[in-house]
Amino acid sequence: MLGRDEKVSPVRLTGVQYIILGIFLLLAYGLWRLQVMQQDFYASQAEKNRIRNVPILAPRGKILDREGRTIVDNYPSFTALLLRDQGRDLNADAVPIAQGLHTTSEEIRSRVRHFASMPQYQPIFLKEDITPDELAFIEAHRNELPELDTIMAYRRLYPRKGFMAHLIGYVGEVTEDMLNQPQFEFYNPGDVVGVSGVEKQYNQMLMGKNGSRRSVVTSRGKEVQQLDSTPAVPGEQLKLTVDVDLQIAAEQALADKNGAIVAMDPRKGEILAMVSRPTFDPNNFAVRISRDEWNKLVSDENHPLLNKAIQAQLAPGSVFKIIMATAGLEEGIAQDMKVNCAGGASFYGRYFKCWVTSEHRVHGVTNISKAIYQSCDVFFYTLAEKLGIGRIAKYATALGLGQKTGIDLPQEVAGVMPSEEWKIRNFKQKWYAGETISVGIGQGAVAVTPIQLARAIGGVASGGVLQRPHVAFPGDFPGNVLPAADMPDEVRVPIDPANWQIITDAMANVVNPIGTAPSAHLEGIDFAGKTGSAQTISNLAKARLANGKTKFKDNGWFVGVEPRRNPEIVVCALLEEGEHGYLAARVASQVIKAYVEKQNRRPSKMASRKPEKVEIRGVWNGRADADQSETLHAGRLVVDVPKKPWPLAARAPRVN
Amino acid sequence: MARYVSFRDFDWLLLGFVLLICGIGVTEIYSATLHTKFAGAHIKQIYWILGGVVLMFAVSLINYQAMLEQVHWMYIASIASLMLVLVFGQKYLGARRWVKIGGNHFQPSEWVKLILVLAVARYFADMRQKELSWSDFIKAGMIVGVPMLMVLAQPDLGTCLTYLPIAVMGLFLGEVRLKQALTVLLLVGLMLPLGWHVLKPYQRERLTSFMNPDADKQGSGYQVIQSQIAVGSGGIWGKGTAKGTQTHLAYLPVPQTDFIFAAFSEEHGFVGALGVLLLYFIVLMRLTQNAQTAPDRAGTFVVMGVVAVLSFHILVNVGMVVGFMPVTGIPLPLMSYGGSSVVFMFLALGIVMNIRMRRFVN
Repeated sequence: MLGRDEKVSPVRLTGVQYIILGIFLLLAYGLWRLQVMQQDFYASQAEKNRIRNVPILAPRGKILDREGRTIVDNYPSFTALLLRDQGRDLNADAVPIAQGLHTTSEEIRSRVRHFASMPQYQPIFLKEDITPDELAFIEAHRNELPELDTIMAYRRLYPRKGFMAHLIGYVGEVTEDMLNQPQFEFYNPGDVVGVSGVEKQYNQMLMGKNGSRRSVVTSRGKEVQQLDSTPAVPGEQLKLTVDVDLQIAAEQALADKNGAIVAMDPRKGEILAMVSRPTFDPNNFAVRISRDEWNKLVSDENHPLLNKAIQAQLAPGSVFKIIMATAGLEEGIAQDMKVNCAGGASFYGRYFKCWVTSEHRVHGVTNISKAIYQSCDVFFYTLAEKLGIGRIAKYATALGLGQKTGIDLPQEVAGVMPSEEWKIRNFKQKWYAGETISVGIGQGAVAVTPIQLARAIGGVASGGVLQRPHVAFPGDFPGNVLPAADMPDEVRVPIDPANWQIITDAMANVVNPIGTAPSAHLEGIDFAGKTGSAQTISNLAKARLANGKTKFKDNGWFVGVEPRRNPEIVVCALLEEGEHGYLAARVASQVIKAYVEKQNRRPSKMASRKPEKVEIRGVWNGRADADQSETLHAGRLVVDVPKKPWPLAARAPRVN
Repeated sequence: MARYVSFRDFDWLLLGFVLLICGIGVTEIYSATLHTKFAGAHIKQIYWILGGVVLMFAVSLINYQAMLEQVHWMYIASIASLMLVLVFGQKYLGARRWVKIGGNHFQPSEWVKLILVLAVARYFADMRQKELSWSDFIKAGMIVGVPMLMVLAQPDLGTCLTYLPIAVMGLFLGEVRLKQALTVLLLVGLMLPLGWHVLKPYQRERLTSFMNPDADKQGSGYQVIQSQIAVGSGGIWGKGTAKGTQTHLAYLPVPQTDFIFAAFSEEHGFVGALGVLLLYFIVLMRLTQNAQTAPDRAGTFVVMGVVAVLSFHILVNVGMVVGFMPVTGIPLPLMSYGGSSVVFMFLALGIVMNIRMRRFVN
């Protein structure tokens, strides 16, 4: 029995003291571990907490036309941000946020997952270019959804309705694939880069450099102090060789027909206008494009995203006869050649028709001039037989066919200029002499792009001097921007002046009543050119596949120059399934006419003067009203355009 | 028995150290709440401390032995008050812990702690056998177990756990046998999985986030991580008063209450934090010494009960701040802002003084 006053065991009390000492040593170790051993780590963690880097987005450089008029500008646009350091349940909040921003909660959650590896203090870009009511939603829910915020950024404002869309291209968020490539090593996820056209080609120059602002923020993301900031370096503006006035003329001339137009100054290689149809609205790309819209664009069988001026590879048809004529004359064969066209002729046991039989006529005795302006097939079959594929390929290759022109635009294609070597290399087959006959009229395996054709014909009309086409002035580039592909700037193909005169005079007759495109005649303008109608498919196959439907119409070509010798401008028009070259000629003549009229308005002294900078807001179509006409804005010019039909050149009787 | 009691025998040294800790607490509360909506909390804390000191003197005058005679009434009253909280308590953050009396909120679970200390002391002091029987074990366990379950129902796991060391200390000093201790530990170990199901989801989350704070950085793990960043970034010398970025930019949660030690460690570094730990250690050692010199067995048990509660609070709170323990919401006694906690500590000290002043009375 213990007494009531029996003392508690002193051993146990001492034990308690040791236990307490143990506890305190443990806690002291805990402090030592954090504050002494891992001090640097936690100090940097605290800095990361406290300091937020806010990017200051650099506006992209403007894109101007040759006279300094703004084509592509920027506009202020708000982006919805999701702050992840607010301690909010983003999974649950995704539902009201999705409602307010007109997106799906799944989309928001997948973006949160996508950026999970990024530091928490970096906000996620939720939706770009939000509408005023979405902006109002964010402002109204500052308390309920504190993780939502907005940031103002400059966004691309492109001409509307696809004006010049293919040449300009568009921008988009840098992809993960791109980030893995060495040339994008300094780019960050979320950066906006050019993905096509000039925007891609000159991205480095246009892009500028984002700045940043460092500030002290509370755990709620409130800025309490600004530390320092690096200003953004805006992108440099890029002046194009394109003349907006001519571009407007070309856009209107092509209207909504499928095809392409290239207008170039052959003296320097400056592209004055470039159109491809169908087109797309790059403004849809300036913001993230929806998957549906994108799929629609890429699956469209008319390939709206393709810049046909540099990416369509088609048989040139009769336009190729200019190259044939050059070869024939330079080889001394065609000068005195006289061929009697009876609507066709037999070569190597096969009968080749002349197009003229479709009009129940014959060309009769034809020399080189008539063969050009009347586009006599029989003459060129005969010439092709005499030249042989080797010599044809030699001249065609010298004039730039079957190879890239080196234009400063991405994704140019090379086309095909067949030859004996080409056939062996690609098909492991011998060249059949019969194939040469088709090549003689620009059929068979010959495939060219509009830009190649413009350069080749412009080069012939310039006496054999071919320039590398370009859309930007090479002198304007900063040192770190490479202008374009590795191609020579100038190529000289020796053409005898006499031959030069024969070809260019014959080309001038093409748009005269005796030629194939009299309806394209421009009164008082020294306009010359060559029509072409190329089969898209062999006649046999056409009959089999189309069942007489109009699906496989011929492509219409025309390449025109003004003036006929040493031209200031060469225009190549392609009308896909346009059936006849003379229709393409009418289109091209519109552009030539616009060019000449503009030159006439401007005295030569003025032309040489440095153009004044005109501050304008860009070029885009006005709101399309229900009425018949729409207003086209180009700088301060406001042009009322009747919607349909666009009047072509005086409608002359169809002679072809 | 002679009844001569003098304030000359009052433990002025202990009071000095306690007030030193309180003073450090007040400055840290001032620093941590500067420019926040809690600004001025340190003034309130000073009032609580002054009130506590007055209460301490008052309590030291009442003979603890007389108190122990009446402890069964107090025990019944505390059970009743816990019942009251469960029925009429103010619901705040999903738990009923507070009752509103006048303009102030009280947490009865705090002073229930004190009554448990007395009740356990009385039970073990009255024990007659040399060795602890199983029936004593269970009865002592029941005394603490019933209010523990009631507090757990509030739910307040943290406070519930603070009752446990009272029982453990009583059993340890009451000569619990090793075999008994191991048997109970084994039983508790087997019961743990069952206990997991009883826990509220937020309590489970706290435990899991303690085990793996990186799993949910924005949720429960956030507090654990931010607390460690605050402590670690303080380094050896600290960032200086009112210069802790974690504290002042609100990354550290509730820096004036549960995480006050993290705030202090951030601003005063390893040296400051170790100094405070040393002060607490001195206080605990002084209390243990008082327990040894207590006039009777009951006095020793009472003082050691206070030692148990204080040590447990320090272990769990500082352990949580440095990442050794899960987030339980247990304040750091004497430093954390809050009236209930301050009043409890000074009442407990009053009883300790009471016992010390009667050490020569026998």
